[in-house]
Amino acid sequence: MGKKRLTMRRKESIYGYIFVLPWIIGFLAFTAGPLVFSFAASFTNYNITSQMDFIGGENYKGLFTEDSLFWTSLWNTLYFVLFSVPLTTIGAIFLSALLNQDMPGIRFFRTLYYLPAVLSGVGVYMLWMQLLDPGTGMVNLVLSWFGIDGPNWLFDPNWTKPSLIFMKLWSVGGAMLLYLASMQGVSKNLYEAAEIDGANTWRKFFHITIPMITPVIFFDVVTSLIGGFQIFQEAYVMSNNGEGGPANSLLFYNLYMWKQAFTNFNMGYAMAMSWILFVIVFILTIFNLKLAPRWVHYEGEEK
Amino acid sequence: MDKTPEDNDYLDRTSDLKSIGKTNENPSFLEHRGNRKNFLTILNFFLLAIGGLLIISPLWWMVSTSLKTMAEVMSFPPSFWPENWLFSNYIRTWEAAPFTRYTINTLTITTLVVIGNVLSNSFIAYGFAKIPFKGKNILFAIVLATMMIPGFVTLIPQYVLFAKLNWINTYYPLFVPAFFGSAFNIFLLRQFYMTIPTELIEAAKIEGANHFYIWWKIGLPLTKPAIATVAIFSFNGAWNDFLGPLLYLNDENLYTLQIGLQVFKGQLSTQWNYLMAGSLIVLLPVILLFFFFQKYFIQGINLQSGGK
Repeated sequence: MGKKRLTMRRKESIYGYIFVLPWIIGFLAFTAGPLVFSFAASFTNYNITSQMDFIGGENYKGLFTEDSLFWTSLWNTLYFVLFSVPLTTIGAIFLSALLNQDMPGIRFFRTLYYLPAVLSGVGVYMLWMQLLDPGTGMVNLVLSWFGIDGPNWLFDPNWTKPSLIFMKLWSVGGAMLLYLASMQGVSKNLYEAAEIDGANTWRKFFHITIPMITPVIFFDVVTSLIGGFQIFQEAYVMSNNGEGGPANSLLFYNLYMWKQAFTNFNMGYAMAMSWILFVIVFILTIFNLKLAPRWVHYEGEEK
Repeated sequence: MDKTPEDNDYLDRTSDLKSIGKTNENPSFLEHRGNRKNFLTILNFFLLAIGGLLIISPLWWMVSTSLKTMAEVMSFPPSFWPENWLFSNYIRTWEAAPFTRYTINTLTITTLVVIGNVLSNSFIAYGFAKIPFKGKNILFAIVLATMMIPGFVTLIPQYVLFAKLNWINTYYPLFVPAFFGSAFNIFLLRQFYMTIPTELIEAAKIEGANHFYIWWKIGLPLTKPAIATVAIFSFNGAWNDFLGPLLYLNDENLYTLQIGLQVFKGQLSTQWNYLMAGSLIVLLPVILLFFFFQKYFIQGINLQSGGK
């Protein structure tokens, strides 16, 4: 009997490995293998065609000490992350609180606010290039109704990054739905109890709703930080085939890496850049995970 | 998680907040709260309506601009309403660039990516959710960890790999990886498989079915809603993919809609009426998909938030 059970379990195990095998192959071929290669190649002058000589830490040294564009791109990326992550997070929470109500037309509003979040790609970037066009665009037209003389947006180095942040805010609906789902999962008993104690809407929001949705806030912040550091397409399309915008103001980290890798074919150099980004993102994520127990509230802690 | 994710349509369900306060027995207190509540509801409605206008106006602006003459686009101040509705702009746009070719190419890649993602991720997720084997937890932790790797770290060495395989200027780099699963989809489908009772699979095993048969005959049909979600997300992702085609396709005959639109922009510079018509053509399938299959978009979000 015992022996039969053991063979059964072994048979099950074999099935298990067969089922996850495609992922293991894919992981080795498209993730693990490339990671190893990339790490090794970041210490060489690899250019994909002719040369691959070991040059030690020269790439890393060069990036930190001689390459001012590296610092520009890092600064641009930090600027974008520092503004876009808090703004989209707060915006999404605020919006989902407004949409977490029972009133006529609420379903329509939820659909409306979510719609931009499913749209992406060149079509959306071109739309925003037109909306932000200083002469013919909608944004400056609307601002002019309020007597505001709108800036030159994508043509003014001071306004290029805010332009992209506005575009991101337009599609805040994705995160909004995440928060809405979480808010609707909050037990109404909690609100009833607070109501009996005389708590008003604000108190209920800040003392019940917010603490109860902290796990989703945590998830959203972690993923949008990782995503924010990787901004590329928007800048590529909206700065004329990746030129980097006026005064390199849209030269984000990944855009500069792209240029080094696929325009200059400084592959080893670009791979060194990618590892620096990896380390930055990794440290931030660990930092988030360490900080989480201080403010993230897990109900029952059973999960 | 004992309820199926299908039950939670967040667009349909409204919260039970309205019942709050009604249990109180003091009538004057109730009245006071009621008035305040009404005021807040009206305020809320106005905020949402103004915000809604802000959200929808860019899309209207795109439609309106696409129907204008170039003279009207350039006239100052620009208007929200086109003077003449030039639907012919769409025909001229379609003919100005090989949009038919771009569409066929995009559909080819998108179809392959959707098939690959659905089959591979469903298969892999079944293994992670329903078969016990040694090392499963460690492997699944690695699956989740791969989500944290910035895409560019693997992008450059992957390019080297595909270049060495002579896959540049082919569609292979764009769809082959889809057949090997992706962390997010595995995670999503695994969440869903977890809601299927193990007894069902045990019963099938007693009947003599093996896991392949169970996956194909029970797993796939029962996870249809989650598969629909993965299919729609994959469609959306492949349709909007810009980076992949930009990197791997140099031959104009292979271009996708995203790359085609970018090239079109380069040619037309600021002829916004045609550019907006082109953008709308490319965005339209996604907008239609959203309105027809909204439920599955929502479900994807729902499965995501269920896994914290």
